[in-house]
Amino acid sequence: MTRAVDPEGRAERFIALEEHESTHDRLVWGMRQNRDKAVAGVPEWEELREQASQIKEHTLTHLDQYLEQFEANATNLGAHVHWARDAEEHNAVVYEILQAHRVKSLIKSKSMLQEECGMTPYLQKRGIEVTESDLGERIQQLSDEPPSHIVVPAIHKLRSDVAALFAEKIGTDPKDSDPHSLTEAMRQNARPKFIAADAGMTGANFAVAETGGFVVCTNEGNADIGTSVPPLHVASIGIEKLIPRARDLGVFIRMLSRSALGSPITQYTSHFHGPRRGGELHVVLVDNTRSDRLGSPDFWHALKCIRCGACMNTCPVYRRGGGLSYGATYSGPIGVILDPGFDLSKYRELPFHSSLCGSCTEVCPVKIDISDQIYKWRPIVAAKGMLKLSKKVGMSALGMTLAHPAVFHAAESAAESALEHLPRFLPYNPLNPWGRHRDLPTVPKQTFRQWYLENRRKS
Amino acid sequence: MNARDAILAAVRNNMPQPAVPLPEIPGSEWKGVKHGLGYKEHFTRLPEVPGAPGVNEPLLAYFRLQLEAMGGRSFEAADATAARAKVAELFPDANVVCSAVSEVPGTRRVEDVRDPHELNDVDLGVVRSPLGVAEAGAVWLTQAELVVNALEVLSQHLVVLLDPAAVVETMHDAYGQIDLAASPYGVFLAGPSATGDIEGVIIHGAQGARSLTVLLLAPQATAGGSG
Amino acid sequence: MKLGLFIPCYIDAFFPEVGVATLELLERLGCSVEYPLDQTCCGQPMANSGCQDDAAATEDLFVHCFQDFDTVVGPSGSCVHHVRFHLDAIEQTPQARKVRAGTRELVEFLHDDLRVAAFPWAAFPHKVGLHDSCTAVRGLGHVRPSERVNEPYFSKTRELLAKVPGLELVELDRPDECCGFGGSFCVTDEAVSAKMGYDRVYDFHRHGVEYIVSADMSCLLHMKGVIDRLKLPIKVIHIAQILNGGPP
Repeated sequence: MTRAVDPEGRAERFIALEEHESTHDRLVWGMRQNRDKAVAGVPEWEELREQASQIKEHTLTHLDQYLEQFEANATNLGAHVHWARDAEEHNAVVYEILQAHRVKSLIKSKSMLQEECGMTPYLQKRGIEVTESDLGERIQQLSDEPPSHIVVPAIHKLRSDVAALFAEKIGTDPKDSDPHSLTEAMRQNARPKFIAADAGMTGANFAVAETGGFVVCTNEGNADIGTSVPPLHVASIGIEKLIPRARDLGVFIRMLSRSALGSPITQYTSHFHGPRRGGELHVVLVDNTRSDRLGSPDFWHALKCIRCGACMNTCPVYRRGGGLSYGATYSGPIGVILDPGFDLSKYRELPFHSSLCGSCTEVCPVKIDISDQIYKWRPIVAAKGMLKLSKKVGMSALGMTLAHPAVFHAAESAAESALEHLPRFLPYNPLNPWGRHRDLPTVPKQTFRQWYLENRRKS
Repeated sequence: MNARDAILAAVRNNMPQPAVPLPEIPGSEWKGVKHGLGYKEHFTRLPEVPGAPGVNEPLLAYFRLQLEAMGGRSFEAADATAARAKVAELFPDANVVCSAVSEVPGTRRVEDVRDPHELNDVDLGVVRSPLGVAEAGAVWLTQAELVVNALEVLSQHLVVLLDPAAVVETMHDAYGQIDLAASPYGVFLAGPSATGDIEGVIIHGAQGARSLTVLLLAPQATAGGSG
Repeated sequence: MKLGLFIPCYIDAFFPEVGVATLELLERLGCSVEYPLDQTCCGQPMANSGCQDDAAATEDLFVHCFQDFDTVVGPSGSCVHHVRFHLDAIEQTPQARKVRAGTRELVEFLHDDLRVAAFPWAAFPHKVGLHDSCTAVRGLGHVRPSERVNEPYFSKTRELLAKVPGLELVELDRPDECCGFGGSFCVTDEAVSAKMGYDRVYDFHRHGVEYIVSADMSCLLHMKGVIDRLKLPIKVIHIAQILNGGPP
């Protein structure tokens, strides 16, 4: 068994950083509020959700033909289409393309898929310089951390953190934490890299089977610079990104940014159909567990995800503990249901890092039953024997107690007696998590059952 | 078995049953952004929806409002001369003005650019968009209008000419009018480059254009004088 | 028609007054109510931890206790939600199906089934904050969730409380954010649970409530733990107690 990520411990450490946690919670809740504001202006929002969900379900239940249609149309436009079964093959295919073009440095825009495949360290080990162009991703790259949010990867950092980081890595003034100057500094630092890069890489938000093209949505325009300047464009696309027709984009583009940030659209919604004038385009279609998940009746709906981040914005657990507490490429509620599919052992604690409030399900633009899937992962973890020992033992004991009325009543008496008579330091100790931040309930004189027997049953 | 065949085989093997039919999208029957609905007295703290036009208000006004919300700005221009004057007024310090349009000649013609790297010194790019989308405050640009795609993102500032009659309401309307596969590159551009990555503070000019200015002017027949 | 009274394990143990108020209220409204003495729990604590095997015997006992009733009523949204939606560690016999379909939560029973027009014996002249549990809002559909911005607002709990003279409801900054109880989550993810609880309690406190009312005692148990630790001047009360003319 791999060593498990401990989301509770990580969350606890983030919460201990009061300014970080309170800022993070406030900002990310603000994104949820902006989403609400945007949705209020679209009366047909719930119909759009239903449409989006059905388009995705249709595509996934016909995925083979849409993949083939996409490949044929993309190839006709002059793009080179490659396929990769898993992360390792993806990285090898990308490396081969870059080698063939003698690429020494590349600049990339945000791609969760490339992050998932561990592409950057793979390429760097082979001597290719890789620069993230999205500001949040670059911040995370310079910090040697994964992104903490799908849309705003460094939202867990305070401006003072970024100021210190930039001072160290790109020579800015450590005392200047104004986001304007920091962003300007990064603009000046990144521009030469765009100009010098031998290749630009992107992911894709949507791949359109009917046209053979794909769409990349950014706010910075970094994907547009990275693909319009260097002569080579390589795009990594998960097979679940397919949608059937150009007009389906209307539904998704209307929902994506409203769900993510509350703006009607991202600043740049970029469509790529074959190579640009004077350029070359390679597309890598990647499976990496997606076809497996397709075959799972309980979990295939997670493949509908359009990576908007609305679920993390609304999630009360995500907002308090931070995105790094998930220890995975995908954080927040979508991460909880995706990550165990990549590595159940490593991510066995994630399904419990949720109060099952259900808010994620309500905001998901493609109607993924996220909260239900979180609940469904739990018996799978238990059945694999991967529950924490204390929980396994505790639940076994609880199950036996509650199965037998007499045992239950005896336990109630014992507990009440204990709480009443033990000195305070005993129940309130490090072994009893409840008592760290909360008082224990007081003990009533009798249980309801005892009252009922006295007052309603004449025996 | 190669990767392609293996993946397709795995997909075919695993596709869920029953298959789900493809829904028809009402498209233009859905009328885009309206006055906010659903606010009830119980949730008094929900924010106000900024002024959205009613069904009968002109599209152009709404387009201009949304563009501004996205960080861009717009001006009317009576003719090519007025457009040139406005550009000069807004960008007095622009040295390198690279233009794709006849109405504003600029100091460098994008048609003369051999390589996108040459555009790294451009202070101001001037292009024309064939289509605006009101609900998004966005303009559509393709390789046809940009000639060199990098003009859109390497220019420090961008001016986009747009025929005020060429504005549609929703993204559904827009996708209904454009032929995606006709151009290797096409972008809905809504405002300048932006980011909120540092503590959620919105900054304009993150990587691409620092500003986006739309000049509302129908295509003019001739350039109307030089310079 | 005899109603089966379902009193969740933690209410039996720690908040018997809520059970008493529920029973008295139903009797006042003309119901004939019986409390099966052998009941313990609905099985949710084990099932929520993924321990279906450990939940099975308890769920079996639940069905056994209530199989002779056409309708079962319980003052807990999360428990009733578990019975209707997740009581599946056991074989789905006709009895199990009957019990699952017939189990009602108190608010929905009063609002939808009895359609109570008034509570003439009740008055509650206090500033009150309403906490609808996540299961009540997004699981059982008692309130319009805040995420569904464009749908018309409705709230069964508010409609019931509106019939209580003197009761003043306050609005919160975050109308329906989770309080952080979440079952065993409250101890396994203690830091997050506590922080959520603190934030929720402070939202009520900022708006000057004297009481927090809920139809879910589990949320109140958690928030009361926070309130007592912070020594805030807020009391918690179950909706059954208010509608029954309470406190007690």
